[in-house]
Amino acid sequence: MTVTAPPREAPAPPPPARPSAGRRAWNLWVRWWRRLTAMRTAIILLFLLALAAIPGSLLPQRSLSQSAVARYFADHPTLAPVLDRFYLFDVFSSPWFAAVYLLLFVSLVGCVLPRAAEHYRALRTPPPAAPRNLLRLPDSARVDTPLEGTAALDAVDEELRVRRYRVVRREGPGGPELSAEKGYAKEAGNLLFHLSLVALLVALAGGKLWGYEGSILVTEGQGFCNVFQQYDTYSSGPLVEGGDLAPLCVDLEDFRAEYEDDLTASSFRADILFGGPGEEGRPQTIGVNDPLRADGARVYLTGHGYAPRFTVVTPGGRTVEDVSAPFLPTEQSTMASEGALKLPDLNGDADSQLAIQGFFAPTGVVQNGILTSVDPRPLEPQVAIVAYQGYLGLDTGRPQSVYSIDAEQIDRGALSRVGSANLAIGETLTLPDGTAITFTGYSQFAALQLSHDPGQVWVLVSAIAVLVGLLAMLLLRRERVFARVGPAAGSGGTVLTVGSLTRGGGEGGERFTALTDDLRAALAARVPARPTPPAGGAPPDPEVPTP
Amino acid sequence: MTVDTTLADLSDTLFSVSVGLYSLAVVAFCAQLAFGARPAAQRELVGAGAPVAPAADTAAPAAEPPNVRRYGAAAMVLTVLGALAHAGVLLFRGLAADRLPWGNMYEFATAVVLVAVVSFAVLAVRRPALRHLGIFVLAPVVLSMVAIGLFLYAEAGPLVAALRSSWLAVHVSTAILGFGIFFVSGIASVMYLLRVRHDARVAAGTATAGGLLDRLPSPVAIDRVAHRTAVFGFPIWTFAVIAGAIWAESAWGRFWGWDPKETWAFIAWVVYAAYLHARTTAGWRGRAAAWVNVVGLGVMVFNLLYVNMVSTGLHSYAGVE
Ligand code: HEM
Repeated sequence: MTVTAPPREAPAPPPPARPSAGRRAWNLWVRWWRRLTAMRTAIILLFLLALAAIPGSLLPQRSLSQSAVARYFADHPTLAPVLDRFYLFDVFSSPWFAAVYLLLFVSLVGCVLPRAAEHYRALRTPPPAAPRNLLRLPDSARVDTPLEGTAALDAVDEELRVRRYRVVRREGPGGPELSAEKGYAKEAGNLLFHLSLVALLVALAGGKLWGYEGSILVTEGQGFCNVFQQYDTYSSGPLVEGGDLAPLCVDLEDFRAEYEDDLTASSFRADILFGGPGEEGRPQTIGVNDPLRADGARVYLTGHGYAPRFTVVTPGGRTVEDVSAPFLPTEQSTMASEGALKLPDLNGDADSQLAIQGFFAPTGVVQNGILTSVDPRPLEPQVAIVAYQGYLGLDTGRPQSVYSIDAEQIDRGALSRVGSANLAIGETLTLPDGTAITFTGYSQFAALQLSHDPGQVWVLVSAIAVLVGLLAMLLLRRERVFARVGPAAGSGGTVLTVGSLTRGGGEGGERFTALTDDLRAALAARVPARPTPPAGGAPPDPEVPTP
Repeated sequence: MTVDTTLADLSDTLFSVSVGLYSLAVVAFCAQLAFGARPAAQRELVGAGAPVAPAADTAAPAAEPPNVRRYGAAAMVLTVLGALAHAGVLLFRGLAADRLPWGNMYEFATAVVLVAVVSFAVLAVRRPALRHLGIFVLAPVVLSMVAIGLFLYAEAGPLVAALRSSWLAVHVSTAILGFGIFFVSGIASVMYLLRVRHDARVAAGTATAGGLLDRLPSPVAIDRVAHRTAVFGFPIWTFAVIAGAIWAESAWGRFWGWDPKETWAFIAWVVYAAYLHARTTAGWRGRAAAWVNVVGLGVMVFNLLYVNMVSTGLHSYAGVE
């Protein structure tokens, strides 16, 4: 745009009526809306979405592993809080990630809905009139035929209808003409694809709002019911209320792990009983890749481990028989595990509580007094334990892990180490005060996870629709074919001009050649059936010459 | 279940055989390019926005001397033989361990490269002009195979429990197919970018015509190969991601959890969607779109190498030793 100073003498043009504020705001809005829904914006936003996802894979994420995030904080004490301010440990639930995908989806809707309306209109209007010069189209051909014009167009008409074109005939300025179109499903596929993406997002959001998930370690012979208080950890959507939880209880009867010769784990199976609270449980076996699906809840087997059992006899003659605690595997290949057993009520007084911190080896080997595990199967179970007596600090209000003893209590001198030993099954460690701790055996535990996601089915349905739409959009072609007939110069026959236009499909050449070949054959087939030649013409050659 | 070591050894031998055959194919493709006549100036339709149907592949040199054509044919034969040996690698791996041969990164990557070779061979048989791209496909193939053999090799062995599912067949097979096809697509886009830059330099007088790049098919033809293959690969990749989500639902208790592997599969998907958009958007067609496709291939390779080997996630494809 160039700006030139208006000549002095000229009367000042009447100033354009200054649009009202509302009008201007509207114009601004329209401009931004156009910009947002332009294809190039979609590309930029797609790129931004890809970029935005990257930190979510390179930095530890709370949604995946709280402990990895904690470790990162410990390793990078100055950097981590800064990253945290920018939600970089919660990328996929961060406001800026949401901003990118919401903008993308607004752009998508703004882009696709007008196209849907346009497509709807296109479905209801006949194919457009043929362009003036058909031979200018990317694919075009001239066919001479002795047939008379309408008959020639009839042949084209039929040939195209067989190929499932929508055909209209018109009387154009250049003679009778025909327009045909097919491949409407391509555009429908595009719309289905894009709108299904929106449906998928909505279904995902619904699942997040009304879904919940809890996990718990269950030792053989024990069980749990689906209430939040029972879970070791749980998370739930903002719209879930305690009363909405599916009434389901699960008992773990038996757990089995099987291994190949090279100790690759080949299967994990848990025999469970499940049913409503107070009901007789129904038996089922669940495993990896094979969850329980019942009444809107799914129960998964997500891990396993060993829970060593101990019998403790106090000098006062009190016996606690076969108490166990789950020990967490620290090495999956050998199932070497660590954990702690806390007995706060053993002696009935807060200063002589007992705790055992231990290491469990399903197949133990002791070398130089150090116990290690060499096989994940319980062939030779052993434990290495350290016993502590004193005050465990369980009721101080400070949270502590069930898998370890609070080190601070030891540092503070409230708990003191009173003995240690490597024990095989049946062996006993006797503490200075006479307390006897016997390793009596082990149970197995299963890590179970119960999930409820009401959006899941809809996510699947949307994903299938996305795929169907995508296939239709990419595999189908939108093609238009136009034909016009005119008298051939001199001979009295007809010249048929055919042209075709393929939208977004690249090469139509081969298909167009096939179409024109078939057209020629069809025209030829119709000629002998006509009894008389057109007036003034030579009798038609029985062998119709192909031009 | 024990691993049949004879078959496993046969598989390893075939790996070397296929690398050897591919290397010979590279030499033959090289000879074809080096001794080939410069193809006659090509008609190029640079679409001015409208969906112009470009001229059919006119890139085939009209009259290639018979000895040169023989190099091309020999290269194709070597490629196909190499691909047969390559397929044998996976077949005997599978037989040796009595399972589908994509249980670890070595097998997965080997299968991806096989798909790339087969996709290229199919294209090159259907459009002989594309044989001129052969060296640029087969050379990266040889490099990839050597790297796979050196860095990813894992002994044949049984699958861990989590991988014992029929979804392994569905999800991993389609992921391999999609990846292999994207591999060819990405290389085509790289060649397109090189060719366009070269043409621009020749036009500007800063480079002389007559080099190897001039013997490639026309930029339009190469770009079309890149787009066609990406269009073919995209639904397959989409399906692979969906199948993975279905499997994750039954194996891990959620269909999507932003595990690093999932995140990068998503990133790749988004980048390829951006590529397909770019191809139909004025101002992005041509070089910008080609760059997007190259980025897509980069993301796929990163996902295979970095995410499997460096980051930890549920997908840890155990077995890189
Ligand atoms: C979630 C984001 C999106 C994804 C994953 C996506 C994906 C795709 C894919 C794969 C295609 C096929 C391209 C082809 O035919 O080769 C396509 C086509 C198309 N998309 Fe999107 N899209 C997205 C968002 C958008 C947005 C925001 C717009 C509008 C601004 C849009 C407009 C279009 C149009 C108009 C086409 C048809 C192009 C043509 O046929 O020429 N899309 N999209």
